[in-house]
Amino acid sequence: MATVEVRDLHKHFDAGRVRAVDGVDVATSDGEYLVLLGPSGCGKTTLLRTIAGLEEPSSGDVVIDGQVVTGLPPRARRIAMVFQSYALYPHKSVLANIVFPLRAAGVPHGDREQKARRAAGMLGIEHLLGRKPRQLSGGERQRVALARALVRDPSVFLLDEPLSNLDAKLRTSARDELKRFQQDIRATTVYVTHDQSEAMGLGDRIAVMSQGRVRQIGRPVEVYDDPADTFVATFIGSPPMNLVPRGDVLVGFRPEHLLPVENVPGERVTVTLEVQRMEYLSGDRHVYGTVDLGAGPTRVIARLPATVDTPLAAGERHGFAVPVRRLRFFDEDSGLRTDPVPVRT
Amino acid sequence: MAGTLVVTEADRRRYAWRHRAARATLYVIAVLSALFAAGPFVWAAITAFKQDSDLYRRRNNPFVFNETPTLDHLRLLFARTAFATFAWNTLWVGLLVVLITLVLALPAAYSLARLDRPWAGRMGIAIFFVYLVPPTLLFLSLSRLVVALGLQDSTWSLVVIYPTITVPVSVWLLLGFLKTIPKDIEEQAMVDGYSRVGAMVRVVVPLLLPGLVAVVVFAFTLTASEFIYALAFISPTSEKVISTGVPTELVRGDVFFWQSLQAAAVLVAVPIAVVFTLFLDRFVAGFTQGAVKG
Amino acid sequence: MTGPGGAPPAATRPAGPAAERERPAPTRYRRRLTDRDGALAWLFLAPAVVYILALVGVPFLLAVAFSFSDVTGGDPSFDWTGLQNFGRVFADPVFWRALRNTLVFTALSMVFIVLFGKVLANVLIADFRGRWLVRFLVLLPWTTPVALSTITWLWMLDSVFSPIDWVLRQVGLIQANMFYLGRPTLAMASVIAVHVWRLVPLAAVIMMAGLLSIPKDVQEQALVDGAGYWRRMVEITIPLTAPVIAISALFGAIFTFTDMTVVYVLTRGGPTNETQVLASWAFFRGIEGGDVGQGAAIALFLFPLLLAAAIAILRAVRRMEVS
Repeated sequence: MATVEVRDLHKHFDAGRVRAVDGVDVATSDGEYLVLLGPSGCGKTTLLRTIAGLEEPSSGDVVIDGQVVTGLPPRARRIAMVFQSYALYPHKSVLANIVFPLRAAGVPHGDREQKARRAAGMLGIEHLLGRKPRQLSGGERQRVALARALVRDPSVFLLDEPLSNLDAKLRTSARDELKRFQQDIRATTVYVTHDQSEAMGLGDRIAVMSQGRVRQIGRPVEVYDDPADTFVATFIGSPPMNLVPRGDVLVGFRPEHLLPVENVPGERVTVTLEVQRMEYLSGDRHVYGTVDLGAGPTRVIARLPATVDTPLAAGERHGFAVPVRRLRFFDEDSGLRTDPVPVRT
Repeated sequence: MAGTLVVTEADRRRYAWRHRAARATLYVIAVLSALFAAGPFVWAAITAFKQDSDLYRRRNNPFVFNETPTLDHLRLLFARTAFATFAWNTLWVGLLVVLITLVLALPAAYSLARLDRPWAGRMGIAIFFVYLVPPTLLFLSLSRLVVALGLQDSTWSLVVIYPTITVPVSVWLLLGFLKTIPKDIEEQAMVDGYSRVGAMVRVVVPLLLPGLVAVVVFAFTLTASEFIYALAFISPTSEKVISTGVPTELVRGDVFFWQSLQAAAVLVAVPIAVVFTLFLDRFVAGFTQGAVKG
Repeated sequence: MTGPGGAPPAATRPAGPAAERERPAPTRYRRRLTDRDGALAWLFLAPAVVYILALVGVPFLLAVAFSFSDVTGGDPSFDWTGLQNFGRVFADPVFWRALRNTLVFTALSMVFIVLFGKVLANVLIADFRGRWLVRFLVLLPWTTPVALSTITWLWMLDSVFSPIDWVLRQVGLIQANMFYLGRPTLAMASVIAVHVWRLVPLAAVIMMAGLLSIPKDVQEQALVDGAGYWRRMVEITIPLTAPVIAISALFGAIFTFTDMTVVYVLTRGGPTNETQVLASWAFFRGIEGGDVGQGAAIALFLFPLLLAAAIAILRAVRRMEVS
């Protein structure tokens, strides 16, 4: 029943000179975790703010629970939002922060505190209720912000890069917690991030955005394995997908599928890799080099798992191969997926 | 767990109506504030062009021209009073004071903001407190001091004394602007081979320019408004500034040259307010940093 | 970006620290004055401090000395007279009247300045068509020299030709004119009105700075949390800008408390000293009456009151900022 949908949404700034959101259609299903992923400036935060009602769209509609809410103020939309900064009210105690949305909604006094304590309990912050925000650590602040979002039973959660203010170590555990939190709540969530590992780890579906448009929307595995265009192919995956020109198409394959030829059984395409340098990263070997599929040497990266111990050295040429079913093809001009072309070298 | 969102047509109408009502209220308050603030000046501007026979008739509508407007009073202001001299005196005194203020306040603010001495905080507060010492407390002894310096009845006395008003508040504002410039930038300059002073002159001062302009405008406004010192130190007409010259020279005993007085007020008010409006945002930015996070 | 394989080869590494120590530091890199922060700190601060000590500190002490002397305009020789000036000042009912007026004017003006300033600040930061014109018009009272704007008010409140009276007469509220400056209560109200009118823009500008310093996220969070305009105002905006509101109150108080221009131009203390304030009374006694000693004694009264108010407000501000 709780769904979010945007229909042909445009948001322009400066009299149309900046098109932050340029025609987006996205719909979630009930209880879905939808991640908006894209580089900074791609319009993902503007899209989220438009859903929240903090920005009015230039055209198009926002629909929550089947009701068009365009033009309604945020408080009429039954949403909860967690900002990047967590935006805790600095002058209010943690309890007062959590209670604030309830007081705004006119919840009777007795219920308020009970609900706030239950929300605090779910996030394990009961012992912090008397503190002020500045006495909290980053992780604690995040949990307070989540409790405050949770307390009013919103139709939809909107999260704007809630992990980006945490240090790297805390981020992993906070991500875990977010996931568990969402599994408990089962509430429809729209989550904005520029971090692909967050998106892959959290999202039921990912909408990859660039320049105000959604390039692809799909389950993490679809977006990773079957990118709709070269932008998605290179934005997702670390290192990104290799794109090698051949004729008027680009042949794409993931670094982990480019392996020394003896490790690739079955139907395969073989190439000669000219090794330039290597990096060892947590057991994997990243091999940087060039291959040629007929349009000149192109830089590629191969990611060799620790189980592959083929001796390689800079300056060497070595036979590599990619399984044919792992190849993806893109039009060189538009960047969009095209039909496979035969690759024989 | 979440209930369904229901938005009725009535809700929609209510929110749309509230939005319009909020905008309307904003406009109404804006117009009322403008009227309240500028009303006296509007009436002054009308008065300035009225003929005596129009002005001094109790039954006449004071807001409209009942007889043809006249430029006589404006002419009187420039031809038969020393208004032009007052304006010129105000201008050059103001500019010199601003210059002295910057020479004194900029290094002081830099010292307090950047050179990291343990006494900087207390000194900043002490300088702020100087701003609280009012001219009404000092004018008696300062007028003796002015006599001792041989500057009595000279506009130069104001050049010497006015920085007492402008320096403390300028140090305070500059402190605020300096806080907005990251330390990294001058440290980079020092690593790149400049001395502390070199880094300040070549890197900090250019970046501070918008703030300096705001301080200049503010200090000039304070100088132009000052009344007590100018009244206490100077009596010859040719040495007076606008704020004392206009009220003393255009009021002869019980006779007020009303139209010329109003013309003078509007002629002075408008240019200063225009300049200040242009720099309002910068001024506010400096104030936020200096005062709030001081 | 550089991985473990990217370390520079040993040959390009800088020479060992031992070799560096042998060589004497080049003389041109010795620390000169322009690099010694400790000395510079004083050097930079000294001109301003010396200037302030000479032209604020010394005159302040001189004012204290005058208040214990018999210096007059005609006879500038300094003779110690002890508390005689204070005795004469206290014996004069006008002094008590002026002290009361000063306090009343300051307190009432401060309340109105903060109230109207708050409203005006919200207008100044709002985005609407004609914003620049409104800003310009609203700033006029503050940027105009006080003496001139007070003259404009003098004409507004004229006993015969006041346009306010004209409007009231047209509406039928009054028959005869009000004589704003001729009746004690109305004269006091007029002085307060002019103070409020000219200081509201300053308070608004200061509060505007405070409003702009509230993080945008926090305001928007409150919107998303469902708070309406008044709840946001009372629970978020006002508590978060309380220190700035206090500072604008402080400025309003100082400017009203120490000002003599409005009284001097508008009423000259009249009718019969009913609107006299400490500052104007000190001026009338000290300069126009020529009794410097008495003038100083009156003016000196401003300082402890001012200092107490300023310290109280700054303390409050600091407490608010800490919590």
